[in-house]
Amino acid sequence: MAHDTHIHVRTQSEFEYAKKKRADEMKGHLATFAIMIFLTLIAFTMVAAGFSTYLIVPIILLMAGIQVILQLYYFMHLSGKGHGMVAFFLFCGIFVAFITVLALVTIVWW
Amino acid sequence: MSSIAQKKGFGATIWDFMTTVDHKKIAILYLISGGFFFLVGGIEAMLIRIQLAKAGNDFLSAGLYNEIITMHGTTMIFLASMPLLLAFMNAIMPLQIGARDVAFPFLNSLGFWLFFFGGIFLNLSWFMGGAPDAGWTNYASLALASEGHGIDFYTLGLTISGFGTLIAGINFLVTIINMRAPGMTYMRMPLFTWTTFVASALILLAFPPLTVGLFFMIFDRLFNSSFFVVEMGGNTIIWEHLFWIFGHPEVYILILPAFGIFSEIFAIFSRKRLFGYTALVFATILIGFYGFMVWAHHMFTVGLGPTANAVFALATMIIAVPTGIKIFNWLLTIWGGSISFTVPMIYAVAFIPSFVAGGVTGVMQAIAPLDYQLHDSYFIVAHFHYVIVGGVVLGILAGTHLYWPKMFGTMLSEKLGKWTFWFFFIGFHLTFFIQHFLGLMGMPRRVYTFGADQGWDLFNAISSAGAVFMAIGVIILLVNVVMTTIKNERVGNDPWGDGRTLEWAIPSPPPFYNFAQTPLVRGLDTFWIEKMDGNKKGMIFAEPLGDIHMPNNSIIPFVISLGMFIASFGALYFLDGDKPWALAVLIIGLLITFGSMLVRSLKDDLGFYITKEELLEDAKGGKTDGH
Ligand code: HEM
Ligand SMILES: [Cu+2]
Repeated sequence: MAHDTHIHVRTQSEFEYAKKKRADEMKGHLATFAIMIFLTLIAFTMVAAGFSTYLIVPIILLMAGIQVILQLYYFMHLSGKGHGMVAFFLFCGIFVAFITVLALVTIVWW
Repeated sequence: MSSIAQKKGFGATIWDFMTTVDHKKIAILYLISGGFFFLVGGIEAMLIRIQLAKAGNDFLSAGLYNEIITMHGTTMIFLASMPLLLAFMNAIMPLQIGARDVAFPFLNSLGFWLFFFGGIFLNLSWFMGGAPDAGWTNYASLALASEGHGIDFYTLGLTISGFGTLIAGINFLVTIINMRAPGMTYMRMPLFTWTTFVASALILLAFPPLTVGLFFMIFDRLFNSSFFVVEMGGNTIIWEHLFWIFGHPEVYILILPAFGIFSEIFAIFSRKRLFGYTALVFATILIGFYGFMVWAHHMFTVGLGPTANAVFALATMIIAVPTGIKIFNWLLTIWGGSISFTVPMIYAVAFIPSFVAGGVTGVMQAIAPLDYQLHDSYFIVAHFHYVIVGGVVLGILAGTHLYWPKMFGTMLSEKLGKWTFWFFFIGFHLTFFIQHFLGLMGMPRRVYTFGADQGWDLFNAISSAGAVFMAIGVIILLVNVVMTTIKNERVGNDPWGDGRTLEWAIPSPPPFYNFAQTPLVRGLDTFWIEKMDGNKKGMIFAEPLGDIHMPNNSIIPFVISLGMFIASFGALYFLDGDKPWALAVLIIGLLITFGSMLVRSLKDDLGFYITKEELLEDAKGGKTDGH
């Protein structure tokens, strides 16, 4: 039961596996960080260059969407073990919010 | 904590229920308060039918009639049907997955008390200047024009009880995801657990839009904002959207658990494994999914335009497909089974044609051009009573008979149960079948009276007569409950003799820790598998007997909810101008709520252990009781 705490001593190979995994993760973090900065730069440049708002708005929204996903997967470990249900409910929520907003925008305010 | 059975005094029992965090006791609280509100809503229904029994009746005034239909609908949906279903979910679902309690016992209690105080608050409107009168859908133009505080009771009361329901839904989701016994994979979960799961997910996703709508409404009415005020640039249709984005999933929140109860009943009393278990599970998920894409079928006549109407009409018709799949699976479960017509089974068999009738009228209404004729007529009233009474209420009555022995350890009388069934069933069809024709003859819904020259007299009289039959059925049920409780003939683990799932493998009612040892699940219909293998214990165990960690009782959920209740009165009277005490009441209420939250956060509550020795003692027949 909960109170018989079990102490686990890691073997050498387990230790190395964990170490390698962490190194990989670190690489992922840095790469996504770079991508995110790059996306932000594009956004700012587009505004600064004075493109048409009809072009800027959808592209910025798209890039924002990409950033959210990167953020969730690489920084908030959504792909990690045991996060399946969390991800599932997150996407259900996003889905419901999306069709709601879509419907309101198209049939109430259009 | 003592191992010796002790008889508690009345006061101690009340205190015990006020502080309990045990899902089985919270289930009883839900059952009692849901049952109480069911009676209140029933009395309102009788008043409506008396008023409409003859042409030009003046039993109720027009204004009072509006208040009564509003409170009837609101009470039946939010305060009766949902809590009664939550009662069965609480009582049975943790047992079905082999858990000792829900994931968050404290929150479970908080969810109940919020619902309870929200419901009481709403009903106090009767004694404090008049009930809400804009219909259970509370359409904004009507609601904003309504005088007095009725609508404010509606918005604040539903906000509080809505929080409670949301908490309950989240709690069940986490429980089902995290607390299943070893071997209880998703595709081995009993259907009632599955429907609880999907209904909880719908609660999680559907209640926020309602809360948003209610907040807008509260602000419009109490603080003079203008979300729905057209003259000020608001839009009254937005309330309708928000309400129905919640409202349509809400009807599935009601019907899915009822489907779950019926699925259990069909399997148990046909003595067969459910036909098409996988199809039933996926149909449930699909219904939950589609449920969010059809809300505008309540708004065909608003003028959304032909494209929007066509899209939503099509989406609505598609929902009938998974529903049909379920009906066929149930029929094939009965087919070739060795059927025993106990009371729950009679309800289940009667449910099929009743619900199908409601589904068929639903698809008719989904045809947008036809709905221009049907909308806001008695046809709609007939439709939703066929699905809600013929589906949800029959499910609740069936569940009451089926799970009574598991919840209370005594068996409701089968004979009286059959009387209840026949009165209720005949009364139900008598009342509502004829309303289809009233609708087709042009009788609008929500009118407080009609003229003698309109030709609706006879059908309305028949409809009112049917309501009397239903009332008699309910009264017999109450007599049944009282007699069963007085007789107090205790039953064993599996009183129906054909139980298939884990809840029937443990005593009725179960000990407060449910399972002395966590069971190991070897397949669908766990208990049935063990029975067929000749396992006398009814289950195999996943762990040796050991100490069990249990949560402590707490009064804090009650106090938090009480604070919200008090604060609501302050908010309600706050802007009246002539009531300076209102602000003080608001602040005191909020202080109570946040103060008790603070106490909860600062004070460690580590729970307690039931020792192995006490469990052994208990197994020998001494009765362990919690606090
Ligand atoms: C085959 C499935 C169903 C279809 C196609 C369907 C379709 C519809 C449509 C189109 C309406 C709007 C009619 C109008 O106001 O003009 C409606 C109203 C309603 N339905 Fe259904 N429905 C279905 C199942 C259900 C179920 C299972 C429930 C509840 C358990 C339910 C409860 C209601 C309620 C309460 C209303 C009336 C709301 C109001 O205006 O007060 N329906 N249905
Ligand atoms: Cu609907």
